[in-house]
Amino acid sequence: MFDFSVITQWIDQLLRGVMPDAAATVVECVIIGLCLLLGYSVIALALIYVERKVCAWFQCRLGPNRVGPFGVLQSVADMIKMLIKEIIEIKHVDKFLFGLAPYIVIVASVAAFACLPFAKGLQVLDFNVGIFFLIAVSSIGIVGILLAGWASNNKYSLIGAMRSGAQMISYELSIGLSILTMVVLSGTLQISELVEGQADGWLLFKGHVPALIAFVIYLVAGTAETNRGPFDLPEADSELTAGYHTEYSGMHFGFFYLAEYLNLFIVAGVATTLFLGGWMPLHVPGWEGFNQVMDYIPSIFWFFGKVGVMIFVIMWFKWTFPRLRIDQLLRLEWKYLLPINLLNLLLMVIVVVYELHF
Amino acid sequence: MNKVIRYLVNFARGLRSLLVGMRATLRVFFRKKTTECYPENRKTLTMFDRFRGELVMLHDDQNHHKCTACGICEMNCPNSTIRITSEMVTDEAGKKKKVLTEYRYDHGSCLFCQLCVRTCAQQALGFLPTFEHAVFTRGKLIHKLNREGSSLAPKPVAAESPTA
Repeated sequence: MFDFSVITQWIDQLLRGVMPDAAATVVECVIIGLCLLLGYSVIALALIYVERKVCAWFQCRLGPNRVGPFGVLQSVADMIKMLIKEIIEIKHVDKFLFGLAPYIVIVASVAAFACLPFAKGLQVLDFNVGIFFLIAVSSIGIVGILLAGWASNNKYSLIGAMRSGAQMISYELSIGLSILTMVVLSGTLQISELVEGQADGWLLFKGHVPALIAFVIYLVAGTAETNRGPFDLPEADSELTAGYHTEYSGMHFGFFYLAEYLNLFIVAGVATTLFLGGWMPLHVPGWEGFNQVMDYIPSIFWFFGKVGVMIFVIMWFKWTFPRLRIDQLLRLEWKYLLPINLLNLLLMVIVVVYELHF
Repeated sequence: MNKVIRYLVNFARGLRSLLVGMRATLRVFFRKKTTECYPENRKTLTMFDRFRGELVMLHDDQNHHKCTACGICEMNCPNSTIRITSEMVTDEAGKKKKVLTEYRYDHGSCLFCQLCVRTCAQQALGFLPTFEHAVFTRGKLIHKLNREGSSLAPKPVAAESPTA
């Protein structure tokens, strides 16, 4: 299996050869930042296109098919439009907070994006409390959303932001607990070790029943966390026009839009890392030939393939289920997901203590 | 205890209904798409039968129409889209008769409500399912529906007894 650290180390050596160590570190940081932002925007564009296509297929339509072959350039055209649009100055808003909010949202999601292990040796942030850092950082985004709703000085925005706050804080619990369940099973918080530990079998198979329950809960809570349908009531178009980003225009709106799609990618990426073995190929014990063939597929394809499947499932949720009311949403979390999650954690602890897992 | 059982039953039922919904949408996902790629398929694209594209006066192969110039369609038209001009003609038997000279139809102000077709006592009118009607000047939208040299179809010779 190809190890991307060969390339990164080669770049490191090259830079250290021509400049002092401190300068090399700075240059590397800048390069990594640029690569992350580039990957971020390219993935967001791809996701917007995929979302529109998948949505269309679920509605028996073809979706974008005019710009470029099969409409692949549609989201690029949309991006250009978004970039050259005017950012409208609105009276009676808190200018500073209004301007700050989209940046908080996007910074939070870029930081969470940096934690994902894309392939073997291709991970930016990796330290001993990695998954903990990821949860912490991804919930900063909600501050941005609340700020956006508050600073807009608009009751629809504020209602949307408050709904979003209530929703995200509630579902953060479920996400945290289901991640905790998997951490109990794998015994580490470091993302790279989490992935390495799945070389002999994905955690979803290793942890059997409790892992499967945690997986389903994670998917539900993750969908809620990204503010996507059926949990999209913070921006319920029919009642709140667009919720917390009603007053935003131009690239400020674009930031919210990008962050929303990237959060979808991050949720799918974390699901892949925790449950589906990250970039590890699928191995069936005993099938040597099969395992060898699987090893030939580069790790980056494994990661993106699994993430793609997860994203499809989340989109499938969105285009199947009707939107929940706020009380139904909170009831689902506090009366169903949370108790099940706590019981499931207990079950996982029992499984681990008595070594009932594979 | 009853409450716990009800909780569990409700939970299972809810989960099942969600899965049924997902199965239904997945079927639609793989179904043949209904989108018409319009300019590419304009050779083969046909509208459904009941589509109301433009009003026409039905003519048979001997260039006969059925319009008696009674003006019911003109009166019923909510937009005054139809303008009928007729003249009085005395035939050989000395009978006076109204004869259609021009049936003007303004496509641009038509509502496509089909009241003219519905109220026509002679079934002289119909709608065509054509749809490419864009032009650059409004004048081009005014059509004369009775063809050049057409005339009223002669009454069928004793086809049915008038008492029917």
